[in-house]
Amino acid sequence: MSRALWTHLVKDLRIEWRSLDALISMLFFSGLVVVLFSIAFDPRGSFSQQIAGGVLCVATMFASVSALNQAWAREIRHQVMDAQRMVPSPGAELFLAKVLANFLFVTIVQILLAPFFFIFYNLHIAGQAWLLALVLPLGTWALVSNGVFFAALSIRSRNRELLLSLILFPIFIPALLAMVQASRAIFTGDSDPTLWIKMLLGYDIIFTTASLLLFDVVFHAE
Amino acid sequence: MKKLAIGLFAAVTVGLMFWGYYQAMYVAPNDAMQGEIFRIIYYHVPSAAVAFAFFAVSLTGSIGYLAARHNHPERAQRFDAWAVAGAEVGVVFCTVVLTTGPLWGRRAWGIWWTWDARLTTTLVLWLIYVSYLLLRRFAAGPQMQTLAAVLGIFGALDVPIVYMSNRWWRTQHPAPVFGGGPGSGMAPSMVTVLLWNMLAWFCWGVLILVLRYNVERKRQANAAEEAREALESQV
Repeated sequence: MSRALWTHLVKDLRIEWRSLDALISMLFFSGLVVVLFSIAFDPRGSFSQQIAGGVLCVATMFASVSALNQAWAREIRHQVMDAQRMVPSPGAELFLAKVLANFLFVTIVQILLAPFFFIFYNLHIAGQAWLLALVLPLGTWALVSNGVFFAALSIRSRNRELLLSLILFPIFIPALLAMVQASRAIFTGDSDPTLWIKMLLGYDIIFTTASLLLFDVVFHAE
Repeated sequence: MKKLAIGLFAAVTVGLMFWGYYQAMYVAPNDAMQGEIFRIIYYHVPSAAVAFAFFAVSLTGSIGYLAARHNHPERAQRFDAWAVAGAEVGVVFCTVVLTTGPLWGRRAWGIWWTWDARLTTTLVLWLIYVSYLLLRRFAAGPQMQTLAAVLGIFGALDVPIVYMSNRWWRTQHPAPVFGGGPGSGMAPSMVTVLLWNMLAWFCWGVLILVLRYNVERKRQANAAEEAREALESQV
């Protein structure tokens, strides 16, 4: 791991550790979404197994947007972003550091949210539970890597916080579908999630590569 | 000369549209299974073809803009105008597809909408290009053109993935009418009508595309002029 990446990563983690802004707001927001969905859909019996995967993914998605908006907004103050543009190391390292930091935050939120989720939805996992440890990180990576990229893209516009959701969600649809289908297959044990996991992996590889290649273009756009 | 050519092309296009309408409504025979409602295919399929072609124009414009923006600024502006024209006109045709589809589906399937591979892909494509147009609206200046070009490329990357994922998920759209399995294909009398309508809508689309391109070029020229005046007034 190069030094620039490490420096950016440690900086982001340290800022978050001191304030806990992103973690607390994400945790509370995703908890709210879980509660709202249980009120809207009244999950009982086998129906809760059916929708649990979808609720978990959508809750993560909405919650992480609040953190992703902050990912770059923080750098605008005191012209940090301009300074970062002048750094001789490639922008891809900065991008990757941001993705890793936010990936870590969202994963922590998911781990903390999981017990409440199981209680509210009376879940029991009929399929292979360990596969969730593959599906959730892959889906989260897809969300966070695209999210950090589009947050950097929309930060230059008017009403940037709205724009991030408007451009991130359409692009994220196939990954969301794969994530929901895979986790539902695991919760209900009805079908085999392998195909969806492969698709998530493919999505991650394609979009992370594209982001790494195009990040400098977006970051230095003038 | 250019104006004359566009005017002539417009006249031919309007003629073709009338001819296509006449063919679709009065010449084509009723479908053996579906009766009258199948005639919507003469609007649905050509619009879909035009929409997909124009999104391809938009993608080409985006890639061209990114490639040319440093060394050939003038050429890059032309690419950008194609990108925005392709996306806008493509969204309009895509809207026609998404409107005529449910109208037909209500009669043929008994439902307005289903989450099938092609329907979902078209809808997601529409969403992506609407978000592209929103980005263009919310950002400004040359950086907006770069950002929009990047988003255009991302959106195009997404399309095959959406399509494949939905094919694995569920599919209800009629199997390809042309070049499909046994029993596919159309009666020759219907094919001719479809081709006429395809040509008419394609010409119509190209006409709108070219007009939109010219408008965008004028807007770029105005913006450049304003920027120059602002600079000179400060000196």
